[in-house]
Amino acid sequence: MTISHFSAVLLFSLFTSIVFGITQRAEPKKMVSFGALCFALFVGGTIAASWAMWLIKH
Amino acid sequence: MPSVADGKTGSGVSPTLALLAGWLVPGAGHLLVGKRVRAGLLLVSIGCMFAIGIALKGKIYMPNTGEPLDMLGFAGDLGSGLLYGLARLMGWGQAPVLVAVADYGTKFIVVAGLLNVVAAVDAHSLANGRKRS
Repeated sequence: MTISHFSAVLLFSLFTSIVFGITQRAEPKKMVSFGALCFALFVGGTIAASWAMWLIKH
Repeated sequence: MPSVADGKTGSGVSPTLALLAGWLVPGAGHLLVGKRVRAGLLLVSIGCMFAIGIALKGKIYMPNTGEPLDMLGFAGDLGSGLLYGLARLMGWGQAPVLVAVADYGTKFIVVAGLLNVVAAVDAHSLANGRKRS
């Protein structure tokens, strides 16, 4: 099996955010919002770090 | 209200049993305390993460290699409980890591184990009443 780097980021972020949402909050509504926040931070942080590395290289 | 201090449990299930079940099988601890949806989500998330790691030809760490980083990797892998045992039994994750995607697979496997430990501790907290719901 081969996946792209970005697909790997999306899968990692999705599964990790689900577990974080369930374990770090007590109410279902807050679980969903915390999971969504984690997902956005994982993906956004990776994109930001990628651009930062690109800028350093150039 | 039941609490850890008075020795009663929040769900009637032994917290130790919930912790052990959650460690051995992802989501089993939550299933024991009656959280079926969460148990299913945890099983799918952690199970898929582990399976993707194996499919990407990630490495399964062995004990006693003498390398400190390998020992940490082993501790992370061991968090997957029976999934780790199954991988060792079937001989998965033994090929050398040669490409970046396989290294991602190794990380997927380690993180699946660490997330399973977090989930098992959460089941323990639900069972002893430290976490409300």
